[in-house]
Amino acid sequence: MKYLAEYRDPKLARALVERIRRTATRRWTLMEVCGGQTHTIVKQGINDVLSDQVEMIHGPGCPVCVTPLEQIDRALHLASRPDVIFTSFGDMLRVPGSACDLLQVKARGGDVRAVYSPLDALELARRSPDKEVVFFAVGFETTAPANAMAVWRARELGVRNFSVLVSHVTVPPAMVAILEAPDNRVQGFLAAGHVCTVMGWTEYEPLAERYRVPIVVTGFEPMDILEGIWMAVRQLEDGRHEVENQYVRSVRREGNAAAQDLMGRVFQVVDRGWRGIGVIPASGLGLRPEFAEYDAELRFALGSIRADEPAECRAGDVLRGRIKPFECAAFGTSCTPESPLGAPMVSSEGACAAYHNFARAGRAAAPGA
Amino acid sequence: MSSLSSGPVCPVPRGQHDCVQLGHGSGGKMSAQLLREHFLPRFANVWLDRLGDGAVIPVEGGEIAFSTDTFVVSPLEFPGGNIGHLAIHGTLNDLAMMGATPRYLSVGFVLEEGLPFDLLDRVLDAMAQAAAAAGVSVVTGDTKVVDRGKADGMFVNTTGVGFLHDGFRPDPRGALPGDAVLVSGPLGRHGMAVMAVREGFAFESEIVSDTTDLSPLVASLREGLGSRVHALRDATRGGVASALNEIAAASGVGVELDEAAIPVPGAVQAACEMLGFDPLYVANEGVLVAFVPADAAPRALELLKGHAAGSGAAVVGGVVADHPGMVVLRTGLGGSRVVDMLPGDQLPRIC
Repeated sequence: MKYLAEYRDPKLARALVERIRRTATRRWTLMEVCGGQTHTIVKQGINDVLSDQVEMIHGPGCPVCVTPLEQIDRALHLASRPDVIFTSFGDMLRVPGSACDLLQVKARGGDVRAVYSPLDALELARRSPDKEVVFFAVGFETTAPANAMAVWRARELGVRNFSVLVSHVTVPPAMVAILEAPDNRVQGFLAAGHVCTVMGWTEYEPLAERYRVPIVVTGFEPMDILEGIWMAVRQLEDGRHEVENQYVRSVRREGNAAAQDLMGRVFQVVDRGWRGIGVIPASGLGLRPEFAEYDAELRFALGSIRADEPAECRAGDVLRGRIKPFECAAFGTSCTPESPLGAPMVSSEGACAAYHNFARAGRAAAPGA
Repeated sequence: MSSLSSGPVCPVPRGQHDCVQLGHGSGGKMSAQLLREHFLPRFANVWLDRLGDGAVIPVEGGEIAFSTDTFVVSPLEFPGGNIGHLAIHGTLNDLAMMGATPRYLSVGFVLEEGLPFDLLDRVLDAMAQAAAAAGVSVVTGDTKVVDRGKADGMFVNTTGVGFLHDGFRPDPRGALPGDAVLVSGPLGRHGMAVMAVREGFAFESEIVSDTTDLSPLVASLREGLGSRVHALRDATRGGVASALNEIAAASGVGVELDEAAIPVPGAVQAACEMLGFDPLYVANEGVLVAFVPADAAPRALELLKGHAAGSGAAVVGGVVADHPGMVVLRTGLGGSRVVDMLPGDQLPRIC
């Protein structure tokens, strides 16, 4: 495909692999922040071909994975109401709550619909005046601008039967949480390219300085990932700790000012729970008070719905890079994509699902692994 | 920050289902579970238990192939065809994959009150033309009408019988180490054509369903290679990945795919990129996978390419004795990954 094949060219990729092998004098531990990057790494076997040079720890950047159980339970409650059409991105539908998931609610009669954009949900609300349409606003800084736009437009258009169940999270506080952990092993980061397309990278500069870690803003194609790894390894070998931008075709230092402005008008920084990790202070976005009428939590009085994460699931350790998915006793046995215990097994971008789907060959001693 | 205990083995798995979900119809693991837990224990017999595309059953003087399939699709019409094409082609193809030449069909309809006659007629025209083109006769049928809202326009069932040929019994259990794996055409066109219409996506070039009768391709393979054709499967719901997993499991062999050799049209690839789908799992209605000995692969390719529907055929991999039951894909980078059955339907990704 035009403008994509170039970033997947096997010959160029192999040359980059060789360059990384020549550059690394020891094995380094890197974390890719975004689930989309995890997917490319595992799908292309990048962790296999570079296993002597880098250990890739899969970070907390899958929005589906980190949405806390409590918010899922609130979504399930809303979706079960006969007066509600509950809309969501597709891969949230199978995330297990305390008792079931949104697909099961749908099978029992709930009106649950996958949409591709929050503006589609808003349009649905305009066409369904006798229903309450709720959109599950999850994701990092990448999805926040479009979700903010939906709320903004709803107010502009005077749509009264539209609201959002917000569970937005932001990347830098999660990186700080990982770096502050006493057993942190991460020596460098591949920052999430699309998050930085919106936010730029200025907020990462103090992190690189304070924690003395290289941070490379990185894209999602195999060539992007390999180049990002190479840039991070080169910094580590040189003893540098800077923010560098690999994803130059998409990211500028200051980011997208219009998107940031809209986010700032609609959202404010709040404390947010992360599935398997717990509450991280100032790590999420919530609606500003002036948009309270679009807040599903307030409109439907969801505050009383509380849930604790199941203790048997080690999603938290996986998300923080303490263990690989297959080091969890439940992995592949009582926790599988058909019957997931934790969210990282649910999404196609989740670290556990990525391992389950793509990396089984390595442990089954398949040829080439 | 709270910290999770690294608890013991997770206890009872959750996600058990107390009612049917859409994922049970995906052709993936949930579909297999539905059959295993609810259908097979009740109907077990030597013919059903083979879990082929149909059954080969004894009749006086020999055996016949017998297969049934039910069709639901929304929208009923899509670029490249309608539910009528699918209903005829689907059963023809199931019979063909068993090595049979399709002969007689039954058709059954559940029609929804309010279905426009001109739409019904277009579907019936498609069925009549597809049957005539294949030289099969629709010899019996049934219609039922249900209240508006109780069916999605129409549901169609077709059942077919076909005649078998001596010395030609491709079998999902028949793949052998050393076989080459072929696909008869580019992947993912039907699934993405329907998805594009249903979801209102417009791509630069329209994606057209590949719905077609594959029995002429199978006839050529039979005439050219006979018993050297070890296994055939049409890669419908669940895509090529599911078809290959089923054969790998049934034959007790491993399958290795070469990512670079897998034909995926640019428009399908682009649509899949947008949604976060993998074309290996997208439905086809006119693509078969064939297992033949490696030295017969060039001839098989030639035979398939002699048909318009097979002009995009390709050798995409081979069969190994290692990792039985598992399909492994070699990436362009030299890495490898497992191509497992999906649990349910593919879900569009968030970003």
